[in-house]
Amino acid sequence: MTAVPDNSPGQRTRRRPSRLSRGFVVAVPYLWLLFFFLLPFLIVFKISFSQTAIAQPPYLPVIGLADLVSGGWTKLRQLTIDNYTWIAGDPLYVKAYLSSLRMAAISTALALLVGYPVAYGIARAPRSIRSLLVMLTILPFWTSFLIRVYAWIGILKNEGLLNQLLLWLGVIAQPLTILNTDVAIYIGIVYSYLPFMILPIYASLERMDHRLVEAANDLGCPPTRAFWAITFPLSLPGVLAGIFLVFIPAVGEFVIPDLLGGSSTLMIGKTLWDEFFSNRDWPVSSAVAVVLLMVLVIPIMIFQRLQARQEGAV
Amino acid sequence: MKHWSGFNIASVAVGLAFLYLPITILVIYSFNASRLVTVWGGFSTHWYGELFHNQGLMDAAWVTIRVALLSASVTTVLGTMAAVVLNRFHRFPGRLLFSGMVAAPMVMPDVILGLSLLLLFVSLDLDRGFWTVVLAHITCTMCFVTVVVQSRLVSFDRSLEEAAQDLGCPPWKAFFLVTLPVIWPAVAAGWMLTFTLSLDDLVIASFTSGPGATTLPMKIYSQVRLGVTPEINAVCTILIAIVSLGVVVAALVNRRQEQRRARDERLAAQ
Repeated sequence: MTAVPDNSPGQRTRRRPSRLSRGFVVAVPYLWLLFFFLLPFLIVFKISFSQTAIAQPPYLPVIGLADLVSGGWTKLRQLTIDNYTWIAGDPLYVKAYLSSLRMAAISTALALLVGYPVAYGIARAPRSIRSLLVMLTILPFWTSFLIRVYAWIGILKNEGLLNQLLLWLGVIAQPLTILNTDVAIYIGIVYSYLPFMILPIYASLERMDHRLVEAANDLGCPPTRAFWAITFPLSLPGVLAGIFLVFIPAVGEFVIPDLLGGSSTLMIGKTLWDEFFSNRDWPVSSAVAVVLLMVLVIPIMIFQRLQARQEGAV
Repeated sequence: MKHWSGFNIASVAVGLAFLYLPITILVIYSFNASRLVTVWGGFSTHWYGELFHNQGLMDAAWVTIRVALLSASVTTVLGTMAAVVLNRFHRFPGRLLFSGMVAAPMVMPDVILGLSLLLLFVSLDLDRGFWTVVLAHITCTMCFVTVVVQSRLVSFDRSLEEAAQDLGCPPWKAFFLVTLPVIWPAVAAGWMLTFTLSLDDLVIASFTSGPGATTLPMKIYSQVRLGVTPEINAVCTILIAIVSLGVVVAALVNRRQEQRRARDERLAAQ
């Protein structure tokens, strides 16, 4: 007989992580995020209350560490809410926020219409090719966003391939103007974010017990009704996740409206970019960013709650 | 309903065609002899040759690759640490803030991330250039590594690690010798994901970069604004080829490993 190790609690030799090493593992990413993620936001927040100045950096007041220690009241009094009243008073910004929300909502709806049948089709595919189909859905996501948006310019142009094809087929007599319109932006957003819609819906459909639908069919329920009564409600968590994953980034999108949209297109990500790079107005662009963040906080919070509930349910 | 119905096949086919057609067209037209992008003038690799003489483009490519290699490597370490923290340490002060900060960059618009980091660098009086882009990319892509690694840690059997610790192995050594080899595919996937994200990023790099550190997407963007050109199609094709090759190789390696693990488990069970 070999000696059996004594496993009584008192004899345990398991080495637990020391306080020091635990602290180290927590502290490194924590401090990094505090410094490079939270602090920058506080700076944006502060600058959004500053005044525009012709200086380097182009805003006032510049509050240093010394001012914080000594009170720096004269400098703090220079802070204003002018940038916010400016944004609220200028119809350009208000319109840009509203049209971003509208365009993101329309694109999300279109992405759902296109993505759901694809996700459903993959979930019903033979098991042997399912993982291949999922990989094929993910693969375009790995290739550059910029390149994928750029690829559409050549297709949607007036003398582009889509118009050539339609003219050749005789569907249209005149080339359609698609590039530099809102339609091009919808196409761009649906195309770029489609994998984000397909994958969560696929995940929830794949988990679903398909015997439920079979049982309904056996009991004489027509397939369409079985779909709306059983399949769709069960895939709802995936649908909701997909909606938020497309909607939230689409609101602040810059590359798509800039390359595919026209000069009349208003989207807030592009407005912020222009405000910063063309007008060089840092305080106003900071205020635009703060408001955009406040607009997005609600959908982000709902999304996080849904995710948390999902994890709790599993 | 065991069969795959015609409607399902059609919707998958149409969906995949929609995803792949634009990229395929772009690749085909990069071999176009004609300078006009919409007229086919015969097969040619002329634009690829042209590319290597374009010094600006080559410099930008070199900057981008260095940024991506460096930021992906640091990000993977930090992101894995964050995943371990979220998976193992359930109680420490400020955990809620921590998990919020880890998740937030994933849904935050790039313009906000870029602007806020730029303003940080300005208030620190840092010269903008190569290093600021690296710092920005590390911060903005960390969340992706954390998500990928965390999902793997959830299904990791902790008793393996505990067994090592019971046998007197220090926790950090148990992590490197037992846990890391098991979660390795997820860590590698996280590295690849952040590498490609860094390679692709236009918005954050535009905000945080300075003179002398123009990345390839910035270069492509400034050319694209002037119109579609065959050279850009050629650059894009090379990038697509590199990334697809990487992803396919990673998937194959991953599959081989899974198969080997399944075989080992079968042998162990016998």
